[in-house]
Amino acid sequence: MLREPAGRVPRRARAVSVEPGLSAPTVVLSAADVARVTDRMAHQIIENVAKSDFDAVLLGIPTRGVPLARRLAARIEVFSGVALPVGSLDITLYRDDLRLRGVRPLGETTEPAGGVDGRLAIIVDDVLFSGRSCRAALDALTELGRPRAVQLAALVDRGHRQLPIRADYVGKNLPTSPQQKVRVLLTEVDGEDSVLVEGTS
Amino acid sequence: MRHLLSAADLDRDEALAILDAAARMHSVQTREVKKLPPLRGRTIVNLFFEDSTRTRSSFEIAGKWLSADVINVSAKGSSVSKGESLRDTALTVEAMGVDALVVRHGASGAVARIAQWVDCAVVNAGDGTHEHPTQALLDAYTLRAKLGELADRHVAIVGDITHSRVARSNVLLLRTLGARVTMVAPPTLLPAGVATWPCETSWDLDAVLSGKAHGDVDAVMMLRVQRERMSGGYFPTEREYAIGYGLSPERLDLLGEDVPVLHPGPMNRGLEISTAAADGARSVVLQQVQAGVAVRMAVLYRMLAGAEEVSV
Repeated sequence: MLREPAGRVPRRARAVSVEPGLSAPTVVLSAADVARVTDRMAHQIIENVAKSDFDAVLLGIPTRGVPLARRLAARIEVFSGVALPVGSLDITLYRDDLRLRGVRPLGETTEPAGGVDGRLAIIVDDVLFSGRSCRAALDALTELGRPRAVQLAALVDRGHRQLPIRADYVGKNLPTSPQQKVRVLLTEVDGEDSVLVEGTS
Repeated sequence: MRHLLSAADLDRDEALAILDAAARMHSVQTREVKKLPPLRGRTIVNLFFEDSTRTRSSFEIAGKWLSADVINVSAKGSSVSKGESLRDTALTVEAMGVDALVVRHGASGAVARIAQWVDCAVVNAGDGTHEHPTQALLDAYTLRAKLGELADRHVAIVGDITHSRVARSNVLLLRTLGARVTMVAPPTLLPAGVATWPCETSWDLDAVLSGKAHGDVDAVMMLRVQRERMSGGYFPTEREYAIGYGLSPERLDLLGEDVPVLHPGPMNRGLEISTAAADGARSVVLQQVQAGVAVRMAVLYRMLAGAEEVSV
């Protein structure tokens, strides 16, 4: 296990859009931190998949899991020379709160080159919270095929799991209260890289 | 969206949301396991008072691929033939605990009437000569797949406009999506109020197809001559209709190479459409059928997958 870069959490408070009743969001990972954390996750994945001759695929959960999966694949290629296939896995239709929260637009599901059968599938998401997204992703994944094994990579693990699910690769463990909001911003989607926490604990 | 009774029920955002969802749903057709879970535990009844192959089976497949339970009730061999009223039939079926009724009826407005009586969601699968909104959606989906966004595109709809629910729904939806529509038909087959429709009209098919009358056409939609709805007298002979308004091989040559030809089916080959046009490279008739399943999945998903309390 690699250690977290300790004691380097920037405490710069920054005024982005402040919703009424919420204190200004705190930046917990800057753009440089996001890049470092992604690199470390890439190394961890390499360490693991090298054992199975890189027979693995990365599956991003839309929206932000997809660019994250692409970034990980790019860094893994830089560090190891192997390009892992990347796909996306839309979980909207598999969510257990579809009926509670109403219909929403569907994201894209694309099978990684070569499919998932018999390979290690690494699900990539931005924030790991209740674990329900990951459960939905496991269901969605069975429709794509039968991977040899499934792992989970999350940029941020903020705790408060409601299901017996744990990540295999975590960029940053972030202790939060359930009332707080964690927002991951990525350049591909939001125009900048950072991780913010909104609200007070 | 509580019911889908008319293409006019859809504003631009909702229509695009359905078409986008349909594009996602489309991929399930190529999958090994053709099953998605969002309508698990929902019951859909196809209540068809009129014959249909493609619409009914495509609604049935759409519902089943979304994991709903789908039951088909057709008027033939049901209590309707024993003289039960429309209201009683609809209420009886609804009382079994269905979540949605997909209704086709030979009388214009019958589906809207049912929607007033029942509490469940109602989808219009064709009512008389009035509307067929999911057909318009699948046509728009097919056109979008061929042409990209439909704003400022020019679509010619040719044939029996008077008896066509497909034409009505298409004009409304294509306008909502920003396209321009020209209706081409003999004067007898243009409905009385067509001047108030948001489209142009013409009697001259050659002029429209060659772009001389209303500008270049980006797509041509042929309509079926509905013999069963005609009491005669709309045109002298079928042969004369075919000469004036059929999409013959010669007329096909007036169109650009990449102008898609649509037909809602079933086709009267040799009457409104020649075999060269129906089976040619421009024909997207089978893509329309494929799109039908995806679009109906999207409609059922958006109507039924959400919250229990349906917002009106």
